[in-house]
Amino acid sequence: MADLTKDESRYLAYKLNREPNKIEKEIVAAEWSEHCSYKSSKRFIKMLPSKGKHVIVGPGYDAAVLDVGDGYVITVHIQSHNHPSAVDPYGGAATGVGGVIRDIISTGTRPIALLDALRFAPLHEENNEDGSSTSEWLLRHVVRGIGDYGNCIGVPTVAGEIEFDPSFINYCLVDVASIGFGRRDSIVRNRANYDDLIILVGGPTGRDGIHGAAFASKTYLHHNRSAVQIPDPFLEKLLIEAITEAVEEGAIKALKDLGGGGLSCCLSEMSDSLGKGFDIELREVHVKEKGMSPLELMLSESQERMLIITDHLKIDNIRRIFDKYELKYVILGKIKDHHNLVIRCNEKIVANMPSTIVANAPLARRYSKRPAYLTTLRLDFTPPVTPSNLTGVLLSMLSNPTIASKDWIYRQYDHEVGLRTMLKPGEADASVLRLNNGKFISVKLDGNSKQCYIDPYHGTLGCLSEACRNVACTGAFPIGIIDHLQFGSPENPEVFWSFRKAVNAINNYCKFMKIPVVGGKVSFYNETSKGPIKPTPVIGAIGLIEEKRLITQSSLKDGNAIFIVGTTANEIGGSEYYEYVHHITGGNVAKVDMNIDRLNLRSILQLIDKNVVSCVHDCSKGGVAVAISEMAILGGVGFNVFIDKIPNSCSNIDSLLFSESHSRYVIGTKEPKTVEKILSGIEGLVFSRICDAYKEKVTFKMKSKILIDTDLPAITTNFKRLEQIMTR
Amino acid sequence: MARIGIVVFPGSNCDRDVHYILNKVLKIPADFVWHTDSKLSAYDSVIIPGGFTYGDRLRAGVIAAHTPVAIELKKMAKGGRTILGICNGFQILVECGLLPGALVMNNSRSFVCRWTTIRVDNNKTPFTSLLKRNQTFKIPIAHGEGRYVADGRLLKSVLKNNQVVFRYFNDDPNGSVDHIAAVCNEEGNVMGIMPHPERAPVNRSFDEASMIFRCLSTYLQPK
Repeated sequence: MADLTKDESRYLAYKLNREPNKIEKEIVAAEWSEHCSYKSSKRFIKMLPSKGKHVIVGPGYDAAVLDVGDGYVITVHIQSHNHPSAVDPYGGAATGVGGVIRDIISTGTRPIALLDALRFAPLHEENNEDGSSTSEWLLRHVVRGIGDYGNCIGVPTVAGEIEFDPSFINYCLVDVASIGFGRRDSIVRNRANYDDLIILVGGPTGRDGIHGAAFASKTYLHHNRSAVQIPDPFLEKLLIEAITEAVEEGAIKALKDLGGGGLSCCLSEMSDSLGKGFDIELREVHVKEKGMSPLELMLSESQERMLIITDHLKIDNIRRIFDKYELKYVILGKIKDHHNLVIRCNEKIVANMPSTIVANAPLARRYSKRPAYLTTLRLDFTPPVTPSNLTGVLLSMLSNPTIASKDWIYRQYDHEVGLRTMLKPGEADASVLRLNNGKFISVKLDGNSKQCYIDPYHGTLGCLSEACRNVACTGAFPIGIIDHLQFGSPENPEVFWSFRKAVNAINNYCKFMKIPVVGGKVSFYNETSKGPIKPTPVIGAIGLIEEKRLITQSSLKDGNAIFIVGTTANEIGGSEYYEYVHHITGGNVAKVDMNIDRLNLRSILQLIDKNVVSCVHDCSKGGVAVAISEMAILGGVGFNVFIDKIPNSCSNIDSLLFSESHSRYVIGTKEPKTVEKILSGIEGLVFSRICDAYKEKVTFKMKSKILIDTDLPAITTNFKRLEQIMTR
Repeated sequence: MARIGIVVFPGSNCDRDVHYILNKVLKIPADFVWHTDSKLSAYDSVIIPGGFTYGDRLRAGVIAAHTPVAIELKKMAKGGRTILGICNGFQILVECGLLPGALVMNNSRSFVCRWTTIRVDNNKTPFTSLLKRNQTFKIPIAHGEGRYVADGRLLKSVLKNNQVVFRYFNDDPNGSVDHIAAVCNEEGNVMGIMPHPERAPVNRSFDEASMIFRCLSTYLQPK
């Protein structure tokens, strides 16, 4: 059951000037849940910079709208479905896709791409009595859930990321983002007038997903399957087509997705944002089963439903379009000239409250305290001894599922439908999509729970830098950031401290780089029986590639000269090398120097603009050794690196090879002299030519000593580890 | 001028892609036709695009094959007009009985999206007349139920009548019998193909897969 705190109950009664009845109390409890109200986070995320020349609609309840020129816009939204996916990975992940797609439809644009960021416990974690691995089961069904849903609705899943970390044991994080595209003049303006009609369209309302929002606003301790919704992608596909058609005909004045909190949240938020009263008759709701109480109807989170406002002039268009697609719709009520949310059942009023009260939860005051574990980590930390077999270490790093090829995943996603995918998953650091005006957008999600755990501030800065670097590698300039902040309980001051550090990092980075934060979500209460998850902000970068600019991949070509831009430092805390190879948590997390970050990013874009590079790859998880190997695997060519030539301030070899210092890029070029000339001309830029790509040998040398000695077939085989695990 | 109709069912999702490639890239005029639209019979040729008609419920393509439009398609096929089914369109044509055999779950038991290579086996159809026999080219695939099956007797007659139009070449993504990627009816005017020729022209200046549409367009021109 959803609960209001004592203070909240008192506040509600004070605002209403009376005691609410049971139904009213539940409606308010759904809307005032953390999931729907952002009551803990609102005052902090409100401070993020959200304005920019491309921003038409910034952060809010639904998708953000960005201007991409020539009368076109893209829309973008991100959300997670962590609690449901941990209980029912297939249904949870699939309905997560459905929800984010409906947020895109709500703006009046057509969804053109999906992205996913997934987190699980390591696959070898044999945590069941029968020896089976829960994380393997979760991964398999989450991927299938996303694939089946996205494939069926014909929206390509084009990019993503995945991380394995023991803190996600018996749990998972499933973040899904979507991009929409449309004409600027057909964006739904969300207006309503007296006597307009309120229409509910889509799937029937059932008892599934009741209290889902409340479920997501509590610590996940026991499996509550009834709070998980059931996916129907076919119905979603019909909604996409019907609503796009209705938007084109100008038949929709306002629309909104029914998500967490069902009708309760949708009606109250919409009525509040329109500034209009709603008079609703619940008897009209088309249902899955008989005998549902008004409360159940108000709280059900049955999927694939949307609320539409139209007027008497356009109702016939709506009828014709929905009939064509055989979509069930009902006129649920009318817009009134008051400001209340009036809910009736068989004409009898069952709830009647000013919607502004319902839609605006009192903000919660949360305390924050530096986590004690940070001190323990520092005191307990001893650096590992450098292993003698560095070849073995590199091969093991490449076979680490967090780093290894994600081919097994994206092959199950239709990533080409829609004919916009210019760079497919795995080909480059970000996915590039064709727009109708000759421009392209580049999109990527990034997170790093290991580094955010050891240093929430610098870890988050790192995610921002990495996401921006990834889109820059394809030739795009970042024009917007989306963030999804996933933490444990905000009632825990140590968790809340990390949350505030993460928000500070986003604020500082985006203000400095002048990139607006256009959308975001906060997901609290991500806790398992072992305690809170590691702090996990996931950052999405949206980059724009202007006409005729070249799109750059990351595969190395035979004969390429290889350059590295940026300095490698002793920044190996939270690295895959420490965590995966040595099982050590601690040490110095890579820090972002924002001046250098901006300089290096601009330098890379300059090189791409001048058409002098064949490939660019960001240096992140696994460090420079992994970055060059990945480029070599993609291009099918070997290399011979002299590590003395890598600009660095490292005190040992493993740092130099595997440190995850930010702002670094690896470049392959056929025109080394031109690249050298351009880069030398940039004041303050650190770079170096480190080797050439040729043949099949893969070696790392220091002076004349060979540190790593392997070949292309060996690194390629190890890079296929995820597929080997999942198909064994 | 001969016109091509692209039949759109609830759940079709490559209809817009086929429309874009034909009209904007290959400059072959083609229109969307909603499946209940009686105008369909006026078209010289029909393409049934890929997707998940009716959500692939029961079995891919089976519900679409039992809608009234299936009767119209059968009439058109009998009258010698050309029908091309791509991916889910292939599944629908098989379920309609317009093409022999069946399409079942891939042998990997999961959806697969990637590129593969196919080889021309029969260049005497309206869809392949400009291609050379044994010519191979790259083409994208994206399907979960794409494994072509036919029992011994049926397969024998399919082979004997030269109904195999394309085969997967050295890289069978789904375990189809005899690596079959596309089949036609005995007359050759109805073809189903599992890979997506409409996806090939993106990002490439020239591609051989879109020759399938060019062949069709050439065939439809008044002689």
